[in-house]
Amino acid sequence: MEKFKNLKSIPSYLSLQNIDTDMIIPKQFLKTIKRTGLGKSLFYEMRYDENGKVIEDFILNKEPYNKSRILLAGKNFGCGSSREHAPWALSDFGIKCIISSSFADIFYNNCFKNGILPIKIEEQAVVELSEYSKRKEEIEIDLEKQEIKYGNKIKKFEVDSFKKKCLIEGLDDIALSLEKTSEIDNFEKNIKENSPWLLKND
Amino acid sequence: MSKTLYDKIWENHLVHKQDDGTCLIYVDRHLVHEVTSPQAFEGLRLQKRKVRRPELTLAVPDHNVPTTDRSKGIDDEESRIQVETLRKNCKEFGVELFDVNDKRQGIVHIIGPEQGFTQPGTVIVCGDSHTATHGAFGSLAFGIGTSEVEHVLATQTLIQKKSKNLRINVNGELPKGVTAKDVILKIIGTIGTAGGTGYVVEFAGDVIKNLSMEERMTVCNMTIEAGARAGLIAPDEKTFRYLEGKTMSPKGENWKKALEFWKTLYSDKDCKFDKEVNIEGKDIEPLVTWGTSPQDVSPITGVVPDPANEKNEDRKMAMERSLEYMGLKANTKISDIKIDKIFIGSCTNGRIEDLRLAADLLKGKKVSSNVSAMVVPGSGLVKEQAEKEGLDKIFKDAGFEWREPGCSMCLGMNPDQLKPKERCASTSNRNFEGRQGRGGRTHLVSPGMAIAAAINGHLADVRKI
Repeated sequence: MEKFKNLKSIPSYLSLQNIDTDMIIPKQFLKTIKRTGLGKSLFYEMRYDENGKVIEDFILNKEPYNKSRILLAGKNFGCGSSREHAPWALSDFGIKCIISSSFADIFYNNCFKNGILPIKIEEQAVVELSEYSKRKEEIEIDLEKQEIKYGNKIKKFEVDSFKKKCLIEGLDDIALSLEKTSEIDNFEKNIKENSPWLLKND
Repeated sequence: MSKTLYDKIWENHLVHKQDDGTCLIYVDRHLVHEVTSPQAFEGLRLQKRKVRRPELTLAVPDHNVPTTDRSKGIDDEESRIQVETLRKNCKEFGVELFDVNDKRQGIVHIIGPEQGFTQPGTVIVCGDSHTATHGAFGSLAFGIGTSEVEHVLATQTLIQKKSKNLRINVNGELPKGVTAKDVILKIIGTIGTAGGTGYVVEFAGDVIKNLSMEERMTVCNMTIEAGARAGLIAPDEKTFRYLEGKTMSPKGENWKKALEFWKTLYSDKDCKFDKEVNIEGKDIEPLVTWGTSPQDVSPITGVVPDPANEKNEDRKMAMERSLEYMGLKANTKISDIKIDKIFIGSCTNGRIEDLRLAADLLKGKKVSSNVSAMVVPGSGLVKEQAEKEGLDKIFKDAGFEWREPGCSMCLGMNPDQLKPKERCASTSNRNFEGRQGRGGRTHLVSPGMAIAAAINGHLADVRKI
């Protein structure tokens, strides 16, 4: 996985609450067998009209927001379908950090697997940051220090220590889990002895 | 120490626990479909990894498959490639596949229980958020992303942190005409679409106890629509009876051992939940959604709510946007809303009991002339059973189309889609913008309410049929 580096960017702001993963990347783009190339279809139905023409006044279609690396969003961002195509599309578009007052669980988890940092802060703070989006001023994300820097202010945020480490070091968590193979072997030995019905064909 | 059902299953599956609370948990059953797995198999190939336990993995194409005649294959090239890719991957990695023309093919969450692949006390995952369905059997079942699918394929485990415990008690009895779908819509309407975020939900109370296994699956299925990844129900005699004799259920001595263990799967009497919610069965009416979030519910006897009465600005904005998208005006009577399409099917309501209930109400009646209606059975076996009982004939005689099994119009990855502004009474699980087709308008309902809408041509009260 790509390592997460500190970010500095003018944020985009989507104040709508309950933005679901169908909105982030609609179904027709789930037919791909690749992880790449989804950025142009991000928020497809908000960005393009029925004829595929760009909707000029949608924020992510406008300068400088089309280069935003940070997205501010309404609460419960990423609800609905588990499709990892949602973080793939965000990342491919260039968004590496999403700030909201709450996230749906599956989406939140999927972000970390794709080098995206989701930051949970209180709603008021999201609204305060949105002023920087409107004024087209940069804000800064420092994951190591767990800080959002804006103007001359600093906002601290919480993040799970293991997830933080994986992001900063770009760790492959499958490799980490495979290091525990002997523990998994032992666990399966136990199943065999105590719950033999669980291991089919065994 | 007394424990919740979730605590018990969690502890039973702990392979490793780090100091920071990050855990490695064992996965007993892994369901795979064509949409969220190709990148995971590709990842294995790139890293030269194998599937650790192919025999604990079961694959089926469901999202992309056409529901019309399949003998000529899949027209849409991308869909065809995705289904072919699943076929190739299953062959290469030794995973069992119920292919398109296998009569056991169907929606992944229908076939798991149908085969006895789903069992109490297990951890079940799938790259699909409606995996919560399997919680009806007292298993910890939840949806995962594709990276996690790859992780499970490679290690048969997942990296997780424990969630909090939420119990939702649905007490008393349900009034006539009110079904499991109304129960779960009521729950989502009560706690909101993020009300369960961070929790695993246990559904309890007399109403839940009295539901059939199929109805319990409907309830658990939509747990994710309330924000919780998993929702479960303690297994009981009904659960055991349902599973006995299923193809993949334990047999002989193993059945006895399993049963003995399954009977220990309940929340201890004095255990503590982080949060509890109580809902009275008698307060639940047949419900429909009016907006673009599953929490936007109204009784069929109600009216479209007025955003002007909403104090929270963001909520007000969301409501206004929903009503505009849905083409509805505030204070319109719900039962005055005209319908163009009826969809009966999906992992929420595509099981045999759903079709029986629907057919029973439909018998001898006709679909309104302004409506086009379709039934998509949840699996080939559901379809076969329904045909054996003559349900297909009732549907067809009334003017319904009778289709081949799959996810179909629940998400419209195949050609079954709404056109812009078409309005559908749907037994599926999501009414998001564009979910059933760009510009399409979805009203989530129970199968009985779908029949009421089909006959009347507008949303209507099932209790009046």
